[in-house]
Amino acid sequence: MIESNLPVAIAVVLLFGTLAVVSLGEWRRGLAWPAAFVTILVFAAMSVALLLIVMRRGPVRAPIAGWAAPIGIEFVVDGLGAFVVTVIAGIAVLVALYAREAVGRETPGRETPFFAMFLVLLLGLAGIVLTGDLFNLYVFLEIASLAGYSLMAVGDARAVVSSFRYLIMGTLGASLYLLGVGFLYTLTGSLNMADVAARLPELASNPALLVSVAMMVGGVGLKMALFPMHLWLPDAYTYASSTTTAIVAPVMTKVSAYVVIRMLFFVYDLELVSRELPVGTILAWLSAAGIVVGSVMAIAQTDAKRMLAYSSVAQVAYIGVGIGLASPLALVGAVLHILNHAAMKCCLFLVTGGVTLQTGRRSIAEYAGLGRLMPWTFAGFTLAALAMVGIPPTNGFFSKWYLVLGGIQAGEWALVAVVVASSALTAVYFFRLLELIYAAPAEGLTASDPGLGMRLPVVALGVGVLVLGLGNAWFVTHVIQPSLPGALRAIT
Amino acid sequence: MEIGAGQSAYTFTVLLMLIGLYGMVLKRNLVKKLIGMNVFQAAVILFFIVQGYKSGATVPIYDPALGTAPERYINPIPHGLMLTAIVVSVATTGVALALLIRVHRHFGTLDEPALLIQLRKDG
Repeated sequence: MIESNLPVAIAVVLLFGTLAVVSLGEWRRGLAWPAAFVTILVFAAMSVALLLIVMRRGPVRAPIAGWAAPIGIEFVVDGLGAFVVTVIAGIAVLVALYAREAVGRETPGRETPFFAMFLVLLLGLAGIVLTGDLFNLYVFLEIASLAGYSLMAVGDARAVVSSFRYLIMGTLGASLYLLGVGFLYTLTGSLNMADVAARLPELASNPALLVSVAMMVGGVGLKMALFPMHLWLPDAYTYASSTTTAIVAPVMTKVSAYVVIRMLFFVYDLELVSRELPVGTILAWLSAAGIVVGSVMAIAQTDAKRMLAYSSVAQVAYIGVGIGLASPLALVGAVLHILNHAAMKCCLFLVTGGVTLQTGRRSIAEYAGLGRLMPWTFAGFTLAALAMVGIPPTNGFFSKWYLVLGGIQAGEWALVAVVVASSALTAVYFFRLLELIYAAPAEGLTASDPGLGMRLPVVALGVGVLVLGLGNAWFVTHVIQPSLPGALRAIT
Repeated sequence: MEIGAGQSAYTFTVLLMLIGLYGMVLKRNLVKKLIGMNVFQAAVILFFIVQGYKSGATVPIYDPALGTAPERYINPIPHGLMLTAIVVSVATTGVALALLIRVHRHFGTLDEPALLIQLRKDG
């Protein structure tokens, strides 16, 4: 009984945690962070427990209020869902550690609403991953997005404008998803993902089905910043406060990628749909274009945070390529990259935030010589940067490795070439930065590492990048492979 | 799922959707963009409502005179879903308006091209 309640309990804990943050934070402002941190620790412990249970005994289904599916709404957690929710929780713990000092310094006096929104964001993201109902997913998507818009508006005044532009685009994306749900509901009369999946094969050639696929993938692709719908992302990430970017950048686009995987492989049968409309091929090529555009734009940037934002466009596109290729190894690469990119991008954004707080510097040129002044921070940064380029044995190497193998498996040599060549582009902007950080002299600047709370997550993620790289074989065989859809599970 | 209302309702929904999209993408003023967004959301909501309609059916409250025949009642699920979607839409509009107030206080304009010029200048 306890196990089947765990998915719902995660949502309940986060919801009541939010209420606790607001009420305690209003009473004594200093209590907002502890309340939020305890909630996130409980959330993380429950996610890990859920992952272990799912790995040992298979998917957990939790019908809500005793109404069995397909009539009632149910939370369904399979290996993939448990994996992604654990990634979210892990990143949340580290960012929350960092946030204690950073939020107090960046937006003094506003800790209570910030941490409340932080928990609502986690609630929405966890709900998206845990639910087994198409419409429920839309509601959680909007909960996460609304919390995301308000968090992204924190920061300087420009953040408000970019957040509004993101709101318009994000709502358009969510509405398209909802329209896709409407088409599916009209076709099948059901909203339960498993139930819809069981009813779809006989409708495979129905044009309305293809429209719904296009709308769902297009709508969620907008939230995932899939090229050419990535234009909202650079401004939003650049102007938001460092804590916001550090939580939103690693997990929000990844959760959207998760929704695309969930839709294409667990609700629709990609192979069946592809006979009429080559969704996978379109997705893979748009992503390939996104990799090139994101990497080239990243090279052209002078602001460190904006460079990382464009690099996010490219990195999320790797996941898109993996999904689009739809070969077993490519999908392993895509799912592994959800974890890997979350770890390294979180680390990099935490470092840019730390640098801006300690020195007030933002542009790449101003990073000169900081490596010697902030040794701990830049040790983590260097490891994460090497992982972005894909140097073994960091984790970034292995997800690209699986993507390349998957591309060869699918016989898509042009996509393989793009993935390999983009590593060179990534190397251009990161090695330029690393050289500046370590080789150039720091001109008349005294700066030091920030406090332990801000240093620890960076170092932990830097070490994590190595651990995830060295332990990737265990991860792939024990966690990722069992979580893939049946037909794609066998690696040949 | 029967389509009781014929084609005209869907044509209207698509038109409404296009008007919303036009507002969101091409209008320069941010409030007009927001209105476009609301129109678009309303179109999606209407799509669901139309889709739950059956001609000759009544409200989905059990009536002993009509019995339990499903074709005598309209499908209540799309309505239930759209109640939630309306709440989401209201919440989104609220957040958007709050953001716009802050934009106007700081920049003194809601004209997007003018705002973008200011963004680039500060950056």
